[in-house]
Amino acid sequence: MKKMLAVILMAAMMVSTFSGCSGNGSGETEESENSTTASVESSEEASEETSGETVTYGVLAPLTGDASVYGISTSNGIKMGAEDINENGGVLGKTLELEVMDEKADIAEATNAYNALRSQEVSAIIGDVTSKPAMAVAEIAAEEYADGDGIPVITPTGTTPDITPNGENIFRACYTDPFQGKAMATFAAENLGATKVAVMYNTSDDYSTGIANAFVETAEEKGIEIVANEGYGADDNDFKTQLTKIQALNPDAIMVPDYYNNVALIATQAREIGYDGVMLGADGWDGVLNVLDDANKSVVNNCYFCNHFFINDTDEKVANFVKEYKETYGEDPTAFSALGYDAVCILDEATEKAGSTDPEAVVAAMQELEYDGVTGHITFDENGDPIKDVAILKLEDGAVTLETKLAAE
Amino acid sequence: MEQVVMFLKQVINGVQVGSIYALVALGYTMVYGIVKLLNFAHGDFIMVGAYISLFAMTGAGMPVWLAAVIAVAGCALLGVLTEKIAYKPLRNSPKLSVLITAIGVSLFLQNLFLILFTSSPKPYPNTVNIPAVNVGPIQISGVTLVTIVLSAVSMIALQLFVKKTKMGRAMRAVSEDAQAATLMGVNVNHTISLTFAVGSGLAAIAAVMYCTAYPMVDPYMGSMLGLKAFIAAVLGGIGIIPGAMLGGFAIGLIESLTKAYISSQLADAVVFGILILVLLIKPAGIFGKNVGEKV
Repeated sequence: MKKMLAVILMAAMMVSTFSGCSGNGSGETEESENSTTASVESSEEASEETSGETVTYGVLAPLTGDASVYGISTSNGIKMGAEDINENGGVLGKTLELEVMDEKADIAEATNAYNALRSQEVSAIIGDVTSKPAMAVAEIAAEEYADGDGIPVITPTGTTPDITPNGENIFRACYTDPFQGKAMATFAAENLGATKVAVMYNTSDDYSTGIANAFVETAEEKGIEIVANEGYGADDNDFKTQLTKIQALNPDAIMVPDYYNNVALIATQAREIGYDGVMLGADGWDGVLNVLDDANKSVVNNCYFCNHFFINDTDEKVANFVKEYKETYGEDPTAFSALGYDAVCILDEATEKAGSTDPEAVVAAMQELEYDGVTGHITFDENGDPIKDVAILKLEDGAVTLETKLAAE
Repeated sequence: MEQVVMFLKQVINGVQVGSIYALVALGYTMVYGIVKLLNFAHGDFIMVGAYISLFAMTGAGMPVWLAAVIAVAGCALLGVLTEKIAYKPLRNSPKLSVLITAIGVSLFLQNLFLILFTSSPKPYPNTVNIPAVNVGPIQISGVTLVTIVLSAVSMIALQLFVKKTKMGRAMRAVSEDAQAATLMGVNVNHTISLTFAVGSGLAAIAAVMYCTAYPMVDPYMGSMLGLKAFIAAVLGGIGIIPGAMLGGFAIGLIESLTKAYISSQLADAVVFGILILVLLIKPAGIFGKNVGEKV
């Protein structure tokens, strides 16, 4: 009887191990199929200009699951960037291929995908899209680089400050959460002349707390009084209590650093209880108009948020990017697509400057790089974070307009 | 004076949220009262109701009342089907198996809608165009008024249905003793189906009201709402209809007043803390009677 039990247990263990493997395996095959098609398209277009050789960049993005909206948007931008690079002669005259891996915004999946990309000997990695997996990948990548066996990694959209200090081979294309908080506080003090501001933030979200803390700090330095600093939980849908409290304090503006879905609810309820003053936000507001019904779009009138780029920017580079993106994917690009596009172009620029794909040469070239991208003029600071302008956008009557551009400090 | 106005405003905020919790809690309580099953998929029935009413309005251009009727019908059907397919085969199994099945149904619905409509939230149209009412210095928005009135009406209607109609009497009979009810000629299967239909129909009404107050629909919208309503049902005494109403309002008020006067970060902790306290002090809930085990 005992023997029998042991056999069954063993069988169960084997089944679970195998199913684990096959799960990963099938995921990888799917992704490599995707990526092959992407590279075939681009190599066909570029076959005349480039030699037969190829350079491969790995891409990590959540293409399925909760964060897939961001992942798909980002990887579309990256793919378009790669096509443009190939049309202009590729990387060092070689065709650029992308190896796109789906990591479902999961730390473990991202780590596995990173290792898989390393075993395929990609020259650099663009990823990850969301902050937590980006952090995990950056930790491993920095450690490997310090051991003399690493490659450059650039996260297009991971905004948590802790990502880049991991190592000198880790870069990012977007600005950080605190950077946005500072920018909005500067805007509130200097452009709006606000003196009393309330803050409402999501206590269970690093993004939201990161921006809120930086905002409060800078605002106080600039002489703004923070009259209320209210928190709420991740699953809250009712904010009227906090808003009622805030309204009684009569602030000049309410800062709401959160993603668009919560913002839409908070703005709706703020207007419902009768607050019609200014509301401020950060890049998470991008897309808020899409989750408001036409009749409700006026709730975000008189609101300002900062973003990485402005879709109707008259700048030639931006206009071309938006036009090409619409033609390729049939939808408007988001800030995520713009940052993905810039990330792959930054890698390409640095590689061209370095004259080889040698990791150390590319990292050194990145540190010296000056690049004019869709998301503005970019140089990197000592951490590998970009120094660039912040676009402050205004929401009014269901449309977004460019209010001002704050110069990088 | 200002303090009083502020307090009254916060009470109104609490009553509005509470009336939605109460409506959802009724669905939990009815099903539990009759089949002794915690239907954890109830929160997700709300999500389904929200999607149905959304598409009825935006896709088919129906007015809100018709969309609500269709959502009620759709959810009632979903409730009956879920019971027939997932719960009925397990009626004589251990309670744990049915509970796990309910969690399975919940996850199934969430993921099904995730695949069908993605995780990005969809905007819900403006359904109430009633101007705000001013009572002295207090302004009550149209949405708040409609929510409170509609849920009060639904609750009274349910209470009358259960107390005054023959079907309601059958429900109470099955709830007390299913075997004895069978012997008295009550069709237990029909009664259980009817309970699921009514409970899920209420979920659809709650869905329309919830989305009117918080105009956004996503596949996970029902999970936290369902959980809070479950606490409301336990607080009032699960299986007892007036208990669910009282529990719903109590949780709404506690949440709102905690946020207003203690700490906005601690509101959830207080609500779940209350659940723990109730379970420790009076496990049967406020209206619950301590019934001795039948032998």
